[in-house]
Amino acid sequence: MVKELEKVDVVTVGAGWTGGIIAAEAAKEGLKVLSLERGKRRGTKNYQHVHDELKYALRYELMQDVTKETVTFRNRPNEKALPMRQMGSFLLGEHVGGAGTHWNGWTYRFMPYDFEIKSMTEERYGKAKLMEDKGYRFQDWGITYDELEPYFDKFEKTAGISGEDNPLGPERSDKYPNPPMVKTKSLKMFEKAAKELKYNPYMLPSANMSQEYTNPDGEKMGACQYCAFCERFACEYGAKATPEVTVIPTAEKTGNYEIRTDANVVEIIKDGNDKVKGVKFVDTVTKEEFIQPADVVVLTSYMLNNYKLLRVSDIGEQYDPKTEKGTLGRNYCYQTSGGATGFFDEQFNTFMGAGALGMTLDDFNGDNFDHTDLDFLHGGSMATTQTGARPILSNPVKAGTKSWGEDFKEESIKNFTRTISVAGQCATSPHKDNYLDIDDEYKDAYGLPLVKLTYNFTDQDRKRTKYLAEKSGEVLEKMGAKHVDVFGDLKDYDIVPYQSTHNTGGTVMGDDPKTSVVNSWLQHWDADNLFVVGAGNFAHNSGYNPTGTVGALAYRCAEGVIKYHKKPGRLEK
Amino acid sequence: MSDEKQFSRRDFLKTTGAATGGIIGGSLLGGFIGFNLNDGQSEQAEQNKTDGHSEGDKSTGGSLSDKTRVFFMTDEDFNVVEAAMERIFPESKVGPGAKELGAAYYLDGQLAGQWGSNAKEYMVGPFYEGLPTQGYQSNLTRAEYFMIGINKLKSEAKDKFDKAFDELDEKDMDAILQDFQDGKVDMGVPKKTATSSYFFTMLRAATLEGVYSDPVYRGNRNMGGWKMKQFPGHQHSYLELIESDEFQEIDPMPNFGM
Ligand SMILES: Cc1cc2nc3c(=O)[nH]c(=O)nc-3n(C[C@H](O)[C@H](O)[C@H](O)COP(=O)(O)OP(=O)(O)OC[C@H]3O[C@@H](n4cnc5c(N)ncnc54)[C@H](O)[C@@H]3O)c2cc1C
Ligand code: SF4
Repeated sequence: MVKELEKVDVVTVGAGWTGGIIAAEAAKEGLKVLSLERGKRRGTKNYQHVHDELKYALRYELMQDVTKETVTFRNRPNEKALPMRQMGSFLLGEHVGGAGTHWNGWTYRFMPYDFEIKSMTEERYGKAKLMEDKGYRFQDWGITYDELEPYFDKFEKTAGISGEDNPLGPERSDKYPNPPMVKTKSLKMFEKAAKELKYNPYMLPSANMSQEYTNPDGEKMGACQYCAFCERFACEYGAKATPEVTVIPTAEKTGNYEIRTDANVVEIIKDGNDKVKGVKFVDTVTKEEFIQPADVVVLTSYMLNNYKLLRVSDIGEQYDPKTEKGTLGRNYCYQTSGGATGFFDEQFNTFMGAGALGMTLDDFNGDNFDHTDLDFLHGGSMATTQTGARPILSNPVKAGTKSWGEDFKEESIKNFTRTISVAGQCATSPHKDNYLDIDDEYKDAYGLPLVKLTYNFTDQDRKRTKYLAEKSGEVLEKMGAKHVDVFGDLKDYDIVPYQSTHNTGGTVMGDDPKTSVVNSWLQHWDADNLFVVGAGNFAHNSGYNPTGTVGALAYRCAEGVIKYHKKPGRLEK
Repeated sequence: MSDEKQFSRRDFLKTTGAATGGIIGGSLLGGFIGFNLNDGQSEQAEQNKTDGHSEGDKSTGGSLSDKTRVFFMTDEDFNVVEAAMERIFPESKVGPGAKELGAAYYLDGQLAGQWGSNAKEYMVGPFYEGLPTQGYQSNLTRAEYFMIGINKLKSEAKDKFDKAFDELDEKDMDAILQDFQDGKVDMGVPKKTATSSYFFTMLRAATLEGVYSDPVYRGNRNMGGWKMKQFPGHQHSYLELIESDEFQEIDPMPNFGM
């Protein structure tokens, strides 16, 4: 017998950044909020002994248990998808805080161009530039940068972003709440070289606190110690903005919020044609099943499970790449890196650093440079970062060096403190053949099908990545590197080596239900009291990390949830 | 515990603001206090494990000797894998190799645990041969995979040179390992089950892990891997040093060492 629990005002699936933001805002408004989180409770006190590269960076201690759930993957629609048996290319989150616990904290705002990429491209270059005949599917997002600006500002203040003005950046209503991080020797070298090349470098906006900080909700964070165990690790100082040091305590202190851990949601329960009634979940320990009714259901379970829960609950129409009918699963995108490594004679303190310590520039991002003679759209943010090199995973050798034996050993040891990388973090183009579906063979621990990912880099992605890699190499030459290796040639997308946890699309936002899953409030087109938020809402991926924009969308979504709860119905823009 | 260490801990508490009841003081200090209580003991145990001089019989009262093994049942298998790891990361001008650093003991512990039994992976069938971009698709656990690989190292040495692998000249060991890396060795099982190149990939990765992971995992003895690489291991804070243009040489610390 499935036990039905007492109804709440709002239920979120997951308690990461998006779930935490919805919870904090709705609970502050007096709504009773419950987050169902499949993982465990954790917080700063659990992170006092995390400086262990093997356990956290290689064995993924803080991340998703893929014995229970993973995805299947193939490069092309005509291949057989097989399970991702161990994580690699992206590192999914689990437990309270989600991937927000072990992120780096590079916190960018997407550009005005991103939200209106189709119209702006048509206007500047003509319709042919969109290359729709080649399968590209750029579209506007149904919202503009100006409309999102207040939400960006809000997220940056909640998360205490340390930063300075981007000379090429869009209008801001306010400056960053904290001054930028400090400059190290390699950052200063990058800045000087970039300026000599007439570029516009600025300090990377960082969710590592440059000083002690109290956010507008009264949450206090410590000052970053540049301890160098940040990405893939959790912060023992509460100095990295994460859900568990910001929005989750904010929600909890209202007395209106609860997190139920070990609760894996398996279904959204429909209520008639245009509503949902709540969710069904399984206690991951006892395997008991429960129904949790709610006035509003918010999917905040990362883009993969946001997609999956809609699909297995039969809400919305699955996208079919042959007919291009259906919107659910469409426009899956990712991120590429085109960069270069410079080898120097002098030594740098590469083993010190912080997750988001870096300098960056946007001269080759978005439409900041002329694309008339280029056969790709968009670009990438170029950066050098000092995130803390660690010895197992950092073994830089010049291209062509054998990967083992005496030369490898001598060279990788020497270069550990003598290399600097500069890389472009590149946008990817939405293509009709890249999409999410569900697998017909492999299942998760609860008997649900795994998400099936069909993905490969597009020609545009390859050209864009190479372009950024070459530009990165030029900067390193200018910085005085004795030798530069450029990495710009993408092969087929490979799910094994880590690239980024910047998966996007599948539940795209927009103002047309024919090409989107949710409206600009992240309200599902087919169910008024169902909201879906995360990087799945992106119609393409930009040349930046996603979470600044995800956070802004979550704040907008929270406002939508509150509006809806006051006055149920379709939210108009 | 030396006075010096106590001083640096106090110093550290001062700089982070934790000592003055800093905002995360509660949990942070809690962590420290709990740690202080058994600090002496854990340091002693650490030394037993890592000083590299104790012989097996020196250990008493349940502490580990540096020769303790749990996975490899025969000296032969252990010696073969240790010799192969030493070729991947040999002793050289800059310092010790995988053998002296205990990388094979690291591997022994790993193969006996979750990693060796693929307890953290999706191991649900059916198992098909995949494309390289689809990653690990074998139905074997790593422990099984390693035993196939090690047996193959042994038989290659025997077939080609009529010797035990670990008794070969360095160049002959390298030639065999190169064949493994190039996928030229027939593992005697279907390709979807195991290939020599993937075995080599795992062996290489385990070697680097064994020389560079925290000494708690039984490799990186005396933190010799870190010392060579000038990696300071676990340090609480670089706040005072991060802006310096000078290269900093810092004595390494293990995760539970301070
Ligand atoms: C190593 C790493 C570095 C990163 N660095 C950066 C960076 O520098 N800048 C940046 O912008 N982004 C970065 N990211 C990405 C960033 O972490 C994510 O964009 C962000 O955390 C997404 O938030 P979310 O709430 O959408 O999902 P998550 O944080 O993944 O939270 C989702 C939660 O839902 C839970 N959940 C999922 N399914 C279910 C279910 N069925 N039932 C119950 N609960 C469920 C999960 O357990 C999880 O806790 C990084 C990610 C990683 C892994
Ligand atoms: S680098 Fe800074 S923010 Fe990151 S874990 Fe260390 S102290 Fe925390």
